[in-house]
Amino acid sequence: MSEFFTLKIITPERLFYEGQASFVEFRTEEGDVGVLPGHEAMTYLLSPGVLKIHEEGGMRKAALHTGFAEIMPDEIRILAQIAEWPEEIDKNRAEEARIRAERAIREDGSNFREELALRKAIARIEAAK
Amino acid sequence: MASMREIKRRRESIESTEQITKAMKLVATVKLQRARDKAESGKPYSRLMLETAKHILIKCRGMNHRYLKESNGGKTGIVVITSNRGLAGGYNSNVIRLVAGSGREKEQVLLYTVGRKGHDYLKARGYEIALDRSDVINAPLYKDAIELSEKLLQDYESGKISEILLAYTEFRNTVTHVPKLIRLLPASEETEEETDDRLPMNFEPDDEAVLDSIIPQYVTSLIYDAFLEGVASENGARMAAMDAATDNAEEMIGKLSVEYNRARQGAITQELTEIIAGSNALK
Repeated sequence: MSEFFTLKIITPERLFYEGQASFVEFRTEEGDVGVLPGHEAMTYLLSPGVLKIHEEGGMRKAALHTGFAEIMPDEIRILAQIAEWPEEIDKNRAEEARIRAERAIREDGSNFREELALRKAIARIEAAK
Repeated sequence: MASMREIKRRRESIESTEQITKAMKLVATVKLQRARDKAESGKPYSRLMLETAKHILIKCRGMNHRYLKESNGGKTGIVVITSNRGLAGGYNSNVIRLVAGSGREKEQVLLYTVGRKGHDYLKARGYEIALDRSDVINAPLYKDAIELSEKLLQDYESGKISEILLAYTEFRNTVTHVPKLIRLLPASEETEEETDDRLPMNFEPDDEAVLDSIIPQYVTSLIYDAFLEGVASENGARMAAMDAATDNAEEMIGKLSVEYNRARQGAITQELTEIIAGSNALK
C-alpha cells in the first residue's frame, strides 16, 4: 500500500489545498481524528479546529471550520465552508473574537451561536501559533 | 422626404445612444470575465457537494427525516435570482416566466427574492414576498448564501413552507444561459445515474446527524452557486444585448447617412435649378 494519499481541501471560493500527504489530523464532532492511508471509507463532520497535514517535506497547519471530510483509502476530500492558512489569520482579530464570545457566554449563558464563534476563534489562534 | 435638419438630429441622437451601448458592452465584458472566473473557482466545491449529497441521499432513502419527507400544507418557497439592473436582454424575464409558469397558485407561493427586477415585477403581480435580499447580488458572498439558507430552513422547519425551489439562470458559456427551476427540499436524489462505483460509506457519528449537517450545507452551496452563475449570466446577457444594440445603431446611422446625403444633394440640385431658372428669366 502506498504511504501517501491524495488530500484535497475545497472551500466555496477556491481549491484550498491539493497534494500528497502521509497523515492528516483534524477535529470532528466526535473529537480529534488522525487518518493514515488505507483508512476505511468514512464521512466525518468537522468541528472548528486545527488541521495538520503531514507532507513529505514537513507539516502544515491550517484552521478549518464547519464542513465535512470524506475519507477513502487513497483519497481524502475535505469540504469546508471556511479554511485558512496561518498567514491569512489576523491574530489580533481572532483574540478579540475569543474575548467577545467568552464575554457573551458569561453574560447571557451559552448558546449555540456564541459557542461556535468561540470555538472558531480558538481554532484560529491555535493555527496561527 | 424628411428635412435635412431632422435627419441630422436623428442621426446625432442615435450616435449618442450608440456610445452608451458601446460603453455598457465594454463594462459588461469586463464584469463577465470577473464573474465567470469567480463562478469557475466555486465549481469544484459545489460539484463535490452535489456528489456527496447525492451519495448520502441514496443511502438514506426511505428514512423518515424532515429534509426528505414530502409534506403538503405549507406553501412553496421559491428563491428567485434576478438582477438589480435592466438592459440585459431576456435575462430577468426568463427567470420571472419560470416562476410565474411553475404551475403553482400565487397564494401558495412565498418568494425569497434576490434581485430587484424579479422582486418588483412579481410583487406587482400579487406574489407574497417573504424576504428580499436584492443588495446581495451586486457582490455575492458565501456568507450571504449561508444567511439566506438559514432563513429558508427556519421557515421550512416551522412548517411555513413545505417545499423550497430555486429559480436562477445557469451559465453554460458566454452565449448560452439557461433559466432553471430546481427543487432544493425535500431533497431527492436524481434517479438517472444510479450506478454507484464508490465504496460503501460509513457516516460518523451516524446517518441522521450527517444528514442534519450536510443538507443545510448542500442548500447553501446550491444557492451560492446560483448567485455566481446568475451574475455571470446577467453580464453575459447584457453583453449580448448591448452588442446587438450597437450593431443596430450602426446600421441605422448608415441608413440615415445615406438619406441625409441624398437630401443634401437634392437641396443643392434644387437650388441650382432655381438659380438657372431665375437667370434665364432675366434674359
